[in-house]
Amino acid sequence: MKTELLKLLSRNARYSVRQLADMIGTDEQTVEKEIKSLEKEGVICGYKAVIDWDSVENPLVSAIIEIKVVPKADLGFEDVAEKISSFSEVESVYLMSGGYDLNVVVKGKTLQDVAQFVARELATIDSVTSTATHFVMRRYKELDVSLYEGEKDDRGNILI
Amino acid sequence: MMDYSRVLNKKVCDIEPSGIRKFFDIAATMDDVISLGVGEPDFQTPWAIRKAGITSLERGKTKYTSNRGLQRLREEISSYIDRKQSVKYKADDEILVSVGGSEAIDVAVRAIVGEGDEVIIPQPSYVCYEPISILAGGKPVIIETKAENDFKITPDELKAAITPKTKALILPYPCNPTGAVMEHKDLCAIADVLRDTDIIVISDEIYSELTFTEHGHTSIAQIDGMRERTILVSGFSKAFSMTGWRLGYACGPKEIIAQMTKIHQFAIMCAPTTAQYAAIEAMSKCDNAVEDMKAEYNRRRRLMVSGFNRIGLTCREPLGAFYTFPSIKSTGLSSDEFCQRLLDSEHVAVVPGTAFGKGGEGFIRASYCYSAEHIIEALNRIERFLKTL
Repeated sequence: MKTELLKLLSRNARYSVRQLADMIGTDEQTVEKEIKSLEKEGVICGYKAVIDWDSVENPLVSAIIEIKVVPKADLGFEDVAEKISSFSEVESVYLMSGGYDLNVVVKGKTLQDVAQFVARELATIDSVTSTATHFVMRRYKELDVSLYEGEKDDRGNILI
Repeated sequence: MMDYSRVLNKKVCDIEPSGIRKFFDIAATMDDVISLGVGEPDFQTPWAIRKAGITSLERGKTKYTSNRGLQRLREEISSYIDRKQSVKYKADDEILVSVGGSEAIDVAVRAIVGEGDEVIIPQPSYVCYEPISILAGGKPVIIETKAENDFKITPDELKAAITPKTKALILPYPCNPTGAVMEHKDLCAIADVLRDTDIIVISDEIYSELTFTEHGHTSIAQIDGMRERTILVSGFSKAFSMTGWRLGYACGPKEIIAQMTKIHQFAIMCAPTTAQYAAIEAMSKCDNAVEDMKAEYNRRRRLMVSGFNRIGLTCREPLGAFYTFPSIKSTGLSSDEFCQRLLDSEHVAVVPGTAFGKGGEGFIRASYCYSAEHIIEALNRIERFLKTL
């Protein structure tokens, strides 16, 4: 029930409690209670719209920043990750396996804004040894949602 | 001038074209139409299956296969049915790979039914059984299944339909359009009627994977004494979302399969080779993909059944296939009127129950081969339509 509920909400957070209950095969009260407790436990952390920023008037630019870090003896990557997370320009922060340590997604109004933010705020952090900035050119899919016009339903209307 | 009415086969000309065609044509001209009409999965064929097809093409596997189908595929079908239904069929001479389940049904009927023989067909059911029986020279005998019996056939109905001329019973469960499922005990009761007769059961189990009961699908071939008098028909279209690949199969006693193979051999030669290679992958490695699709169908099924009941159209729980079959009797409209007016006023296309036989009057078929969002929008529109009546 919990996994099923999360799966459905991650697909569409605007399903009504009744629709969720129908799809799961339970009653509305149970769903409501489960959602409340998942919110309280911090499993569900928020509800947001999936937006294609490229199709609004003044689109935001975003960049993926690969950051190499010297981890601190007792804190590891936590300290620097938390510091980077605290900037409002930063959309997401992930600790990575492989060639670099932190993957940071940054949003800004212009390329310059983002570049300056990286140079001034991220590159200057003590334990950061290098940054590599990759600007996003075009988005095709965001949070499971295709941002380009998908193929039409081309199923023939034959009586099967 | 040619008088074509004189040259054409009267038996063919006398078959009514599907009345639903006109209705679908109107729907196709509307740009904001929202359809619950399609009886075909909306999922893509799982990638692993498509890739197996592509690989076979890359390797140049583009020749005919044996008439019965690839040996390897028949072996996979054999172990699949054994694994799912615990019925054993020999790959060598008890399985025929066909062009969709439809061809298997046609060939099975033609192998069994001769001039004047009777074929018992439960309705409402898929539209092919009656014309196929007629074209084979047979006489369809219709059992109108009842909503109060959950659209299952009962032993009494079957007994009443049997005559000395009865050659075959079509058993289309899980049922399109009603969603009815014959469970083990229901099949045992039917088997009791048939066991001491020479009647052959043509069991169309194309929707078997999409059974939402606790114990899953039971084939009549599993019931004592029935394997020897059953032709089990199934295919890849529904469970594996492979409609356009056109691949199905029939399993049965080798004496029957041998005759069916003859018809298939002269009419078709063999099923499409690329599809057969892809199907080997489907049978052997795609249980998880099928389970995922089934789970999604189940969510939509519950959403739609609750939705119809809530807006005032009584809808029994369909236990199989991917259709709901709600009653529209409370509206006082005929099925045709209901569908026509719903299409005109709210641009929602559903199929009148009468498309599947006279017994479908008072019902509509709504498919849930659509996303939950699509279903929610359709239900909203139907609710608005009901308020205007």
